Amino acid sequence: MALTVDTALAVGLALQLLQITLVVAIAPLIMGLTRKVRARLLRRRGPPLLQPYLDLWKLFHKEAVVADNASWVYRRAPYVIFAATWVAAGLVPTYATGLLFSWSADLIAVVALLGTARFALALAGMDVGTAFGGLGSSREMMIASLAEPAMLLIAFAVALIAGTTQLSAIAALFATGDVGVRVSLGLALLALIIVGIAENARIPVDNPATHLELTMVHEAMILEYSGRHLAMIEAAAQVKLVLYFSLVACLFAPFGMAAGDKSWAALALGLATWLAKLLVFAVLLPIAETTVAKMRVFRYPAFLGSAFAAAALAVFLRFVSRGF
Amino acid sequence: MPEVAIGLWCIAGFLGIGVAATILGGRAIATPLVYGATLLVALGAVLLALTTLLGGAAPSTVVLPIGLPGIGAHFRLDALSAFFMLVVNLGAAAASLYGIGYGRHEHSPMRVLPFFGPFLAGMNLVLLAADAFSFLLSWEFMSLASWTLVVAHHREPANIRAGFIYLAMASFGTLCLLLAFGLLAAPGGDFTFAGMRGATVGGSAAALATLLALVGAGSKAGLVPLHVWLPLAHPAAPSHVSALLSGVMTKVGVYGFIRIVFDVVGDFSSWAGLVVVLAGGATAVLGVLYAVMQRDLKRLLAYSTVENIGIVFIGLGLALAFRANGQGPAAALALTAALFHVFNHSVFKSLLFFGAGAVLTATGERDTEKLGGLIHRMPQTAVVFLIGCMSIAALPPLNGFVSEWLTFQAILLSPQLPQWGLKFAVPAVGAMLALAAALAGACFVKAFGVVFLSRPRSPAAAQATEVDGFALTAMLTLAWICILAGTLPGLVVDALAPVARQLAFVALPPQAGLPWLSLVPIADSRSSYNGLVIFFFLVASGTMTAAVVHRLASRSTRKSPIWDCGYPLDSPVTQYSSSSFAQPIRRVFGTVLFGVHETVDMPRPGETRAGRFRMRVRDPAWRFVYGPLARGVLRGAVRLNRLQFLTIRRYLALVFAALIVLMLVVAIWR
Repeated sequence: MALTVDTALAVGLALQLLQITLVVAIAPLIMGLTRKVRARLLRRRGPPLLQPYLDLWKLFHKEAVVADNASWVYRRAPYVIFAATWVAAGLVPTYATGLLFSWSADLIAVVALLGTARFALALAGMDVGTAFGGLGSSREMMIASLAEPAMLLIAFAVALIAGTTQLSAIAALFATGDVGVRVSLGLALLALIIVGIAENARIPVDNPATHLELTMVHEAMILEYSGRHLAMIEAAAQVKLVLYFSLVACLFAPFGMAAGDKSWAALALGLATWLAKLLVFAVLLPIAETTVAKMRVFRYPAFLGSAFAAAALAVFLRFVSRGF
Repeated sequence: MPEVAIGLWCIAGFLGIGVAATILGGRAIATPLVYGATLLVALGAVLLALTTLLGGAAPSTVVLPIGLPGIGAHFRLDALSAFFMLVVNLGAAAASLYGIGYGRHEHSPMRVLPFFGPFLAGMNLVLLAADAFSFLLSWEFMSLASWTLVVAHHREPANIRAGFIYLAMASFGTLCLLLAFGLLAAPGGDFTFAGMRGATVGGSAAALATLLALVGAGSKAGLVPLHVWLPLAHPAAPSHVSALLSGVMTKVGVYGFIRIVFDVVGDFSSWAGLVVVLAGGATAVLGVLYAVMQRDLKRLLAYSTVENIGIVFIGLGLALAFRANGQGPAAALALTAALFHVFNHSVFKSLLFFGAGAVLTATGERDTEKLGGLIHRMPQTAVVFLIGCMSIAALPPLNGFVSEWLTFQAILLSPQLPQWGLKFAVPAVGAMLALAAALAGACFVKAFGVVFLSRPRSPAAAQATEVDGFALTAMLTLAWICILAGTLPGLVVDALAPVARQLAFVALPPQAGLPWLSLVPIADSRSSYNGLVIFFFLVASGTMTAAVVHRLASRSTRKSPIWDCGYPLDSPVTQYSSSSFAQPIRRVFGTVLFGVHETVDMPRPGETRAGRFRMRVRDPAWRFVYGPLARGVLRGAVRLNRLQFLTIRRYLALVFAALIVLMLVVAIWR
């Protein structure tokens, strides 16, 4: 008996570890794909698909240049940012529901973990004491203060339908198809996409490729970083993109995920569908990005406000009628 | 000896320390002696509160033959009092420990030492009082004792003004509480809480009493728009007293509200919950918006207290609403969340005020525009201050997140409520709570970033030195409590169970026996959080990644001047400052609410005059509430002034008319 319990635990641990490893391992590939598609849409050839891996490799093996007056916050922050993002990504259901540690953080806690990463990043931006770093930090926190209420209302709308905030339980319920297509879920999806765009520093809120100082947010905070520190922050950004893709997939397209019994076939199907979903999102994102232009900073409130309004509408619709 | 008697002995000890401090006079030994003694007494009270709370002892009562003749003074120690006693005395112990070191820098110790003990005694007395008379008396005693500490540095005109406003607000609050107790009195004029609890008052009287308690206790706790005295009075006092005022005395206000509304009134309709939830939501958002725009570090912390009190009142309002609808478990969850936040806030706000005090000692500055780079000069203070900032910004795995998470879980139960008003208001308040949490993140990135990170903005900041060991020990202890309460939240929730059982009639399911020490407030299938696992994961993944990177990739580091995109400027004023950090938020949220108006006067090319930036911020509370009120009072006073210069005939006529009117009133009323 003890043996079976131990094997179950070992299998559970292995499946959780697989997810934790996978989100990091394929994150650069997903980022590479979005860059490639974007370049093709702009009629450029674009870097090879695996370029992000090579970039990380290059950065990891370079000397890190640190400003004279940088404190330990500056040097530790990249690891904190990466760790918090990684833990959050490792706890969002990807290919299977009900993994070993799926109960240790719900949707609200996952969002808050990203908040921890953002806090560390914003502090790192202020550490050396430059104008750009402070500018980036200050704008990042402004965007966060607009995006977080919207995110909470999304969680609220989803939890109202599913009766839980556990991502794994939500995905398992939605995967059964009993919930069906609902207006409020559609609105929540719209809101989540807007929040995801803002949180991942994508166009129209931020431009991941820009180095025009006055328009950048994320890049301004990490302007001083180099070498392995920069690599950690870049990797964290890539993992965060995978996290948001997985979140959208798990909340709004949970089909194919391995539920209850973890047979090899179910797991393989779950993995394949998850990867397929990520690829689809990685193609859709640059298509959406190339159709719009970057916004002025003070138009963000209207953009993120629309996410808030959509999420609020999703919540209130649920009160008006159970059918929505 | 019953527990409550031990509590009263502790209070007598605090009072005795006040007397002893007066006798000791201004000798150098007085400071360590007084704070050492209050530390010991406070620790004793902490022990008493803990044993009462965890031991599950029955409430103990004592009647002392003092106070009103024939009635006596009633004192009682139950689970609710014990919990708040724990909060108060934990803060008091930390402040005393901090004071042993910090008090040496006090230039007029005789304005602080004699009042410190009595202030602690006053707060404890409020918690133990069990009849309206001794409650109000203790409440006023606490207010006056704290007022003496607010005006301790009375040579600064700003402090005298702060003291005056505090006194006015405190009197107003007590007046409201007095009227509330008047409405709740049991037949035959029984003013003991036990008697009032048994008596049933009419619906409208109970409603009015609830509102009066909200205003009266809310003015002490800092509900918007009654918060105006906090940001003036809290920073005026010496820093360890600021910590007590902000971290602890506001909690006594919360206690007053809970005692009157949950315990004494007991029976209410759900609209009370709606009012309290909305007041809490508005307080949370406005408080943090004020906070994020402040330059003065202690003032920023005081406004952040307003925000946290809002979060507590959101929880309390939800608990009221759930309890009115007979939803015990949900009420227990909301109440536990509120009390957990009370505990958390008392810990991290004390820690942050101690940090601000350390900065003040080291640099003589509270203005964040003149600080910076202190992480190099005060490394230990920086670490503990950072832990405080992360806790108050509600970041996992620390404690502030747990109580906000519990509040969110309570908010997510609101669809169970039958009332439509609540159904619509509560999600909106949830969004306000999320907004407040996000803005608190911005606020404390600013606080830590501008004060401890970046380059020094003044010579004082560049030459700061680390504070003494007592102060560091006090801050470190509180930082550890933040970490422990964040990673082992189940134990705190279990400790709160007796209070929940007393006021919501059910408690949350016991958490200590759950696998992996998880926190499961309602059911496994609904939601769970595990701070310990998250903490372990964060530490493991962070250190592992760092080790792998250092081992397998490069670990070489080169120091170099700042790059700053190729244009580094030496002057520290080219950095982002406190006001520039807040500018985007000020612009997004402040233009409507605070009437923020910025004008930039840029000289044209070739002109030699200096550029100017002018900013106007209007405080909505002063503009819409207190400004008109003060003007109205003044106008009325000017009108009434005419009565001063009447002839004797007219005075006699007035007296006669008043007599007639009074007799008419009495005749009609009967």
